[in-house]
Amino acid sequence: MIDGRGWSDAADAAALPGHMGVYELADAAGRVLYIGCAGGRSRFGLRGEVCDALGRIDGASRFRVEVTTAYLTRHRELLMRHQAAHGGLPAANGPVPGLGRLSPG
Amino acid sequence: MDLALSEEQTLVVDNVRRFVREEIEPLEASLDPDADELPADDYRRLVDKTRAMGLYGLDIPVAYGGPDIDLVTRTLIAIETAQHRAGLYAPCYGVFGGAGLAQLFEATEAQKERYLFPMLRGEKKGFFGLTEPSGGSDPARAIQTRAVRDGDDWVINGGKIFISGADRADFGLVFARTDPERGRAGVTCFIVDTDMPGFHVRRVVHTLRAARYATELGFEDLRVPHANVLGEVGGGFAIANDRLSRQRIPYAAGCIGVAIKAHEMALAYVPQRETFGAPLSSRQAIQWMLVDNEIDIRNARWLTLEAAHRAERGEDFRKEAAMAKLVATEAGSRVVDRCIQMFGGYGVTKDLPLERWYREMRIRRIGEGPSEVQRHIIARDLLGASLR
Repeated sequence: MIDGRGWSDAADAAALPGHMGVYELADAAGRVLYIGCAGGRSRFGLRGEVCDALGRIDGASRFRVEVTTAYLTRHRELLMRHQAAHGGLPAANGPVPGLGRLSPG
Repeated sequence: MDLALSEEQTLVVDNVRRFVREEIEPLEASLDPDADELPADDYRRLVDKTRAMGLYGLDIPVAYGGPDIDLVTRTLIAIETAQHRAGLYAPCYGVFGGAGLAQLFEATEAQKERYLFPMLRGEKKGFFGLTEPSGGSDPARAIQTRAVRDGDDWVINGGKIFISGADRADFGLVFARTDPERGRAGVTCFIVDTDMPGFHVRRVVHTLRAARYATELGFEDLRVPHANVLGEVGGGFAIANDRLSRQRIPYAAGCIGVAIKAHEMALAYVPQRETFGAPLSSRQAIQWMLVDNEIDIRNARWLTLEAAHRAERGEDFRKEAAMAKLVATEAGSRVVDRCIQMFGGYGVTKDLPLERWYREMRIRRIGEGPSEVQRHIIARDLLGASLR
């Protein structure tokens, strides 16, 4: 749901920038498994967070990122959009207390 | 007006100040710098503490179970609860509670049972839906969302923007035009359930306020029963206007609290930081910034407490609330900007709260009526009805 960005292979994650932002992980078929963010306290920003998540989530072999300082609101937006499109959160995202709902239409 | 605090006010302010410094600030050290929520366990623990302090639900009238605290003291408390990183938009992360949509205190008994009381018990959340893409400062003319009567229902079509909390709300107050020929008398306030067919949260609107986002709403043949009209048909403008006037005092108080905290940080920093062999505090350029901060804060505090005093006495306070909002938001912006200048590079890092305050303070000069609208309100009062 990160619009207009193609998937990158997991091996390329080490070359990511250290910026704040949001990211999605997917399996080989392009199914989104996890949506995360690299915030103001993330060590090495997106690079650190994506590398860590790829090692943690079974089946994750691709990623895509979006650099943004509005990482908290964008993260929630991506979760809500995924929920609206698929009827639930990605498999590796746990419940998110107080998550709102979108009906983009 | 006597600005000296009473013995009781001093005690309350000291308690709240200690609460912010001992309970809130240490928690923030482990939260994301843009966070606006506490972990659930910490939130519940701190709500229990504010209840024990007798300070939970400060804005709730006594008749509805709120503490019996006057508006001036509540303003002093609002200045204190803003004095931490998230304090401008999430003072103490909400652990002091609040009245939510205060307009519902004027609702019918049936509406109170369905919306007000569950909201006060924390079982339902509401949103306030006034601003539209066509504008928010002039609701009498800007509201284009239409509501048309159809038997016992109203059918609403249109949209809203910059609406906080709508994606998580159970209901909301939606202002719609019910008579296009009657200007401000043609606007009506409806209580809308968010699970009604035709209610859509179209998107998140990202702003400088990185944590508490806004949303854009769409209404497509949204059918609302006539029983959900709040107040009178055509009485929506008065409901909106009253809310905007009242909201300006706590809005100003939050800016003053953040300015005080930023100023205190600078006062502690400049004697320690050395440049060219001398502490920053010995430089006249720095001293003048500190002096200007002090004057800005005192000006804003005086005007805000004056507005609170007038409102507490039941006097017209619209002009004073506009002055307080105008001066506090602009002064707060200047204070935070000067403090960042004194802290140099560290001031713009996420290690310190200044960068967040700088972003969020910028919104305050627009939200709840921009500075220009406040000046218009004050000028209209000074010049009377001849200024239109």
